[in-house]
Amino acid sequence: MAGLIAYGAHVPYHRLARTDIAAALGTGAGRGTRAVAGYDEDTTSMAVEAARGALAREGLRPRIGQLFLATAAPAYLDKTNATAVHAALGLDPHVLAADMAGSVRSGLGALVTAARSPVPTLAVLSDLRTGLPGGSDESAGGDGAAAFVFGGHRNGAPVLAELLAHDTVSDEILDRWRLPGAPSSRVWEERFAEDVYVSLADQALTAALEQAGLERGAIDHLVVAGLHARACAAVRRTPGVRPEAVTPDLTGVIGNAGTAQPGLLLADVLDRAHPGEVIALLVLGDGAGVLLLRATDALPVHRAPRPVAGQIAAGGPPMPYATYLSWRGLLDREPPRRPDPEPPYAPPAHRRTRWKYGFTASACEKCGTRHLPPERVCTSCRSVDAMTDEPMQHVRGTVATFTVDRLAHTPSPPMLVVVVDYDGGGRFRCQLTDATEADAAIGARVEMTFRRTVTAAGVHNYFWKARPVRTGETEGTHG
Amino acid sequence: MSSHGIRDRVAIVGMGCTPFGEHWTRSADDLLIDAVGDAVTSAGVTLDDIDAFWFGTQASGVSGLTLSRALRLPNKPVTRVENMCATGSEALRNACYAVASGAYDVAMAVGVEKLKDSGMSGLSGTAVPGAGDDSRGEITAPANFSLLAPAYAAKYGLAQDEMKDVITRIAWKNHVNGARNPRAQFRKEVPLERIRSAPIIAGMLGVFDCSGVSDGSAAAIVVRAEDAYKYTDRPIFVKALSLVAGPADGLLDPEYDFTTFPEVVASAQEAYRQAGITDPRAELALAEVHDCFTPTELVLMEDLGFAGRGQAWKDVTGGAFDLDGSLPVNPDGGLKAFGHPIGASGLRMMFEAWLQLRGEAPPERTVKTLAEGRSLALTHNLGGGPGECVSFVSVVGSEPTD
Repeated sequence: MAGLIAYGAHVPYHRLARTDIAAALGTGAGRGTRAVAGYDEDTTSMAVEAARGALAREGLRPRIGQLFLATAAPAYLDKTNATAVHAALGLDPHVLAADMAGSVRSGLGALVTAARSPVPTLAVLSDLRTGLPGGSDESAGGDGAAAFVFGGHRNGAPVLAELLAHDTVSDEILDRWRLPGAPSSRVWEERFAEDVYVSLADQALTAALEQAGLERGAIDHLVVAGLHARACAAVRRTPGVRPEAVTPDLTGVIGNAGTAQPGLLLADVLDRAHPGEVIALLVLGDGAGVLLLRATDALPVHRAPRPVAGQIAAGGPPMPYATYLSWRGLLDREPPRRPDPEPPYAPPAHRRTRWKYGFTASACEKCGTRHLPPERVCTSCRSVDAMTDEPMQHVRGTVATFTVDRLAHTPSPPMLVVVVDYDGGGRFRCQLTDATEADAAIGARVEMTFRRTVTAAGVHNYFWKARPVRTGETEGTHG
Repeated sequence: MSSHGIRDRVAIVGMGCTPFGEHWTRSADDLLIDAVGDAVTSAGVTLDDIDAFWFGTQASGVSGLTLSRALRLPNKPVTRVENMCATGSEALRNACYAVASGAYDVAMAVGVEKLKDSGMSGLSGTAVPGAGDDSRGEITAPANFSLLAPAYAAKYGLAQDEMKDVITRIAWKNHVNGARNPRAQFRKEVPLERIRSAPIIAGMLGVFDCSGVSDGSAAAIVVRAEDAYKYTDRPIFVKALSLVAGPADGLLDPEYDFTTFPEVVASAQEAYRQAGITDPRAELALAEVHDCFTPTELVLMEDLGFAGRGQAWKDVTGGAFDLDGSLPVNPDGGLKAFGHPIGASGLRMMFEAWLQLRGEAPPERTVKTLAEGRSLALTHNLGGGPGECVSFVSVVGSEPTD
């Protein structure tokens, strides 16, 4: 049996209240909130966070045969972004890592490619949606990522949802488009594409159900994703589908995360679907696509460690609109009078990929002392070159002391800094993120998260930060 | 292996120190020329009489040429040294050892730094290429030293407000002292409430908890102790020189608790051993310590043995380290009132010891402990930060040991 063997999602901590946009610009921006990627997040770092959730289960990482990163907001062009995700996950060098970047539909492409692949495949969908201030893309958009592993059943990695069928319909249509570098996309008059999408969705759904030998009434969860809100609303009313099977689209609370939206919605359904239930994921965009899945008995035992609903509930208080604008580069604020931050230097970053991306420390073979960063000489027994790798991504810690650095160069001052003592030994001083000054306190519990610390001289700097361990999130088993 | 001090084998017979401050109209060359000129004048010698030079700067020049070019030295040996914020002390230490070894009769230590030209607040950093990749968690200097405050407060049960009062008291004291010093950058007393309510820079530290950014230079001339009285009636004798570079494991090791600098403890114990000091609080007439930030001075009082563990905050608030206290600390105003031109600070500290022990400090700042018969001064200079630093401690005295 082939199908989904793992999944994970990342909803950023920050929220923007749509009424705050309206208050600042005098527009009717709507109700509710949208999720906002932190100043230190981009599609690559969010992809890592989602994939860490998907690969939290013991023994899964070594099985991954290929990795696809789908995004409409790639952190780099020319340079592959999936390789940073690959490095952060510590995958074998021979695992293919490739981008599916540029179009929102690449999310569907990654999912279908993974579902069809003969080797276990990790599809990561990540997007950061931005529009011009006051536009509907800004208020309706959202940021986030989701990751899915498709593969066959193996001991220790059971199938959580059987793949019953899939179908895609491709259609060249000028519905939504964006020239490279443009800050927001353009959309044709809405009525035009609505009819087209309703028809395409029907074709794809019909084809997939026929393959699976199912009627529309057999669908227990209908997930509809796409940037065309009117078309999605119409498709949710598809005749024959039980109204109670139609799932909420979460746009009111976290916005529409574009490329990642089908992933976030599917993850949310997987968080609560019962064994035997049929899930239809229907994605609209330059055509339509359908994945038909049936939840297995293994799903309730192996759900993602961080449910989407839990991450939504754990979101921070609404942030000021001006802060959002400055994080997105739409409001240029005065920098501190400090030397400009340094970009990463290529050779040291390459030499220390396993530390910088993988957060792999070293442990002394003689006395067990952990060293962050990895060292050659033991600080405790002074043994030389007697070290083994010590993965620290999933180790939580406690704040030994802290400060708030108001002079340091950061895209969102002030910089919160904590000295973390890890459970089981080891210490590291790093930034604290997704937090306020009140969260920086001696004794506070923290966990590690992969972030883009700064972009300097046109180079993104990725590294790990601590963030508060928040209640409502379960701790997974990690491999 | 053992360390052999050079107690009473060398003496300082001349010193110079520029005013520290915003020297917009003067270059590093101008500053060091002035400090060197004052030093040779005070020793009654000329530059031709100096056999070798140790020149300390962190970022205001590289190689001995920075000094020899400015002074047009005629083919003399000049060594540039750098040991972070302890650079000035390192220059002096090397000059002392050169004379003690017999290699030279007369050596000079010079320190200089030009910080204000950078346009940056705080230190402008070194030219050493790093990795630039954030993977060591670099932070600014005030943030680094501010890590001490919550740790100290938590360990010894001080409330946030009490801790703020303690460090405020340190800043207040050093500004009181600096107001009596014509060479200081800041020459006004600052009311406690103004220090306490100043804009916050990092953690608990406000603007007045941080040393300023200034330019300056200082220089010292070192000769064999037996030759000292040929140059001056009041030489100061080097009793101890101690420098350690720590294993830098405090940011790796959860055992380190951010309420001490183990490197300072080690260098102080070594210096006291060399100088034969058993009770520094009672034997020293004064101490010039590295008060780069106010919590640093608090912790140093315990590390240098001036107060028991967890007790320094009481001594600070009780005035023990004030100008008229039982052990005056930073009577010249310290880094707080002088700013911290890296290469010059260690020698600036020694300059205050030189003035006080020779009875040349102005009356309003002269420490009363001298009248009680004490004749020893300590200087302490620190580079790095909590968890990984270099520490220098010297002891000098106005009397040769019998």
